[in-house]
Amino acid sequence: MALKPFDRALIAATQSGLPLVSRPYEAIGAMLGVSGPQVQERLSQMLREGLVRRVGAVPNHYRLGYTANGMSVWDVPDEHVDAAALRIAALPGVSHCYRRPRRLPQWPYNLFAMLHGATRDDVQAQARDIEALLAPHCRQHNILYSTAILKKTGLRLRGD
Amino acid sequence: MLPPDDALLVAHLHDGFPLVEQPFSAVAQQLGWTESRVITRLQALLSQGVLTRFGPLFQIERAGGQFVLAAIAVPEERFDAVTAQVNALPEVAHNYRREHALNMWFVIAAESPALAQQAIDRIEATIGLPVLAFPKEHEYFVELRLTPLTQGGSHGAQTL
Repeated sequence: MALKPFDRALIAATQSGLPLVSRPYEAIGAMLGVSGPQVQERLSQMLREGLVRRVGAVPNHYRLGYTANGMSVWDVPDEHVDAAALRIAALPGVSHCYRRPRRLPQWPYNLFAMLHGATRDDVQAQARDIEALLAPHCRQHNILYSTAILKKTGLRLRGD
Repeated sequence: MLPPDDALLVAHLHDGFPLVEQPFSAVAQQLGWTESRVITRLQALLSQGVLTRFGPLFQIERAGGQFVLAAIAVPEERFDAVTAQVNALPEVAHNYRREHALNMWFVIAAESPALAQQAIDRIEATIGLPVLAFPKEHEYFVELRLTPLTQGGSHGAQTL
């Protein structure tokens, strides 16, 4: 289940980004002692296996015009949460949707849906759609807006 | 808001970056650009912070790893110092300031649940504040990409 040595080396070589050169996979292969096509093939396999989620660009939401980014959190009875979450995940504007444990008494919420809009009004409209969809199973909810990105590097394997 | 050409490139490079020998050339052909223009604009978007990363995004949980969302209620006068202490750990992949008593929310990405717990323990020991951990119990599939909002043609988030 743990990472194989080659996969670990491939992740370490690419986790901060692909080299912006004409033949990036060849450049990575040169670092790892394999050919460019071998790098391409392993990344393709990882994509099929789900170990690579996607190959592409990670945007700063704010810089794309999404200046209102809210973590909406919902307290939904356990027996209803999965069915409701599947419908929430299909709503426009929702970028991630997770079930997580409550931490009582500080934190009564068990469903998290990340919402993005140009304004807080947009995000609140999205939250109202979720509320309508959850009714009558939502006991309470909140929206925690982000006010600063403090770090956004993504995965970094230790010791490389 | 991005200029239309940059918005086009960002939307095009969200995922599906080609796993071929000369991927930037393949993207250039799709856009009707030159390869050097694709690379130059991508470099500019990364250096300007519009994009935070470009490359494979690894789902480390498929290889025994774990992502854990965690939150801290940080006293306002210590916020900057605690931010530096938390961000210093390579396991901290993202960190956001949010409007709530729990005002710091970050994601730990580690190669195993034990290493994720070690990172949380290390943060608690370093800053002397409790860390509330919210490991993911279930992720609901969301296929959303945020389309860059452009001047005069905002079309918002699209579900694809």
